[in-house]
Amino acid sequence: MIVTINGKRRRLDVAPMRRLLDVLREDCGLTGTKEGCGEGECGACTVLMDGVAVDSCLVPAAHAEGRAVVTIEGAAAAKRSARALQHAFVEHGGAQCGICTPGMIMAALPLKARSSRDQIKTALAGNLCRCTGYIAIFQSVEAALSPARKGARARRR
Amino acid sequence: MPAGASALSLARPRTLKAALALLAEDPELMPIAGCTDVFVGLHFGTSGQRRFIDLWGLDELRGIALVRPEPSEAPVLRIGALATYTDIIASALVRRRLPMLVAAAREIGGAQIQNRGTLGGNVANASPAGDTLPVLAAANARIVLRSAGAERRVAMGEYYTGYRTSVRQAHELITAVEIPPVAGRQWWRKVGTRKAQAISKIMMAGVRGPVVRIAIGSVAPTVVVADKTARCLSAGGTLAEAQALLGDEITPIDDVRSTREYRHQVAQNLLAQFWRETE
Ligand SMILES: Cc1cc2nc3c(=O)[nH]c(=O)nc-3n(C[C@H](O)[C@H](O)[C@H](O)COP(=O)(O)OP(=O)(O)OC[C@H]3O[C@@H](n4cnc5c(N)ncnc54)[C@H](O)[C@@H]3O)c2cc1C
Ligand code: FES
Ligand code: FES
Repeated sequence: MIVTINGKRRRLDVAPMRRLLDVLREDCGLTGTKEGCGEGECGACTVLMDGVAVDSCLVPAAHAEGRAVVTIEGAAAAKRSARALQHAFVEHGGAQCGICTPGMIMAALPLKARSSRDQIKTALAGNLCRCTGYIAIFQSVEAALSPARKGARARRR
Repeated sequence: MPAGASALSLARPRTLKAALALLAEDPELMPIAGCTDVFVGLHFGTSGQRRFIDLWGLDELRGIALVRPEPSEAPVLRIGALATYTDIIASALVRRRLPMLVAAAREIGGAQIQNRGTLGGNVANASPAGDTLPVLAAANARIVLRSAGAERRVAMGEYYTGYRTSVRQAHELITAVEIPPVAGRQWWRKVGTRKAQAISKIMMAGVRGPVVRIAIGSVAPTVVVADKTARCLSAGGTLAEAQALLGDEITPIDDVRSTREYRHQVAQNLLAQFWRETE
């Protein structure tokens, strides 16, 4: 099947019911996408599919056919908003052990500039963090999305 | 997982017609939509299923519209089985006609689950904790089932036959849910643990109009339509009278999430809250 991964069209020969998570990590070597729970609870495996956040542990490979998938590797390389998020996570202590961080950043990417704290919480409600207690994460996302920061404007979708 | 994921087969029909023809030949194929239930089952190894049929690509099952199934009937809200929670939340039509479904959808999982989980999947999965089920029951919805040969509509109150069982036959698919106009104020509340996590402890949907309707989830093997309680309130009975009846209409159990008494108490409290907030 043909999938566009991080902007590159790739032909993959994979079983249709394999998890997109495994295809990304094992077949594509994109290990930035993490597995926390494997059952949709933690969001560590979040990627964008056609711009929409999904848990890649719950997506069969077949559903990625013909779609554009973006992982943390691609987001960081291609999107200024992702870079702004990464810097803000560093600056504001949004990452401690870091396991949840790629998923947090991918889940935050669809947010618009100037999103409210409530909108940020809603976007990240499907992401668990065992270290930070969330406040620092919300502050990081807020900082990245605030217009005062140059280059921090989040793209829609 | 899925240790044996490579051994699982997936048929991928392009149209509903083709999907129904495949199911007629081989009713053992298990449908998949957003996979937010199916993949959890595979991950835990609780699903012995090996052969699947993919509905996710059937865009004809995605629409949300007002339709008139019978020329004589008032228009009903028709939500395609593949409509996701995100689609439902974004739909001005659903917001206007069935705001309690929007309220329920907003509390299902996080964004990642809302982007993939479908209404048809929630109904078909038949969990007593399915959040949309009390809403659909309180709204008098009917489930549209289609097979290669026929289409039928089943009232929500008759759809479930027991714990995780329904009238749907293996060669049938849910194509849509149809909701007639709802008269009165709609109300929804879910009592759970963390909002975005899987299972509700108890949830209630209510309609307060000329006819009161109340449906409750997670208090019995299937969703409960609390007819006696609702009739009492419709007829001008007091809240205390209605609460006494409610206690007999539900049969909650003790499990790892809550005790029986706790669920009884919460149901009574929710009824009181519904009545107070819809005055
Ligand atoms: C982290 C997490 C949180 C969740 N939170 C909630 C919650 O708060 N409330 C809640 O109610 N649920 C919740 N769920 C469960 C799940 O997301 C919902 O039940 C969802 O609606 C299932 O839809 P799906 O399209 O993903 O179904 P699938 O997983 O694709 O399918 C589910 C079942 O339905 C059958 N099926 C699907 N579509 C059809 C059809 N059109 N016709 C016939 N059969 C069909 C499948 O064969 C399967 O048996 C949660 C799940 C996860 C992983
Ligand atoms: S690993 Fe996918 S949600 Fe936890
Ligand atoms: S930083 Fe450790 S889980 Fe979030």
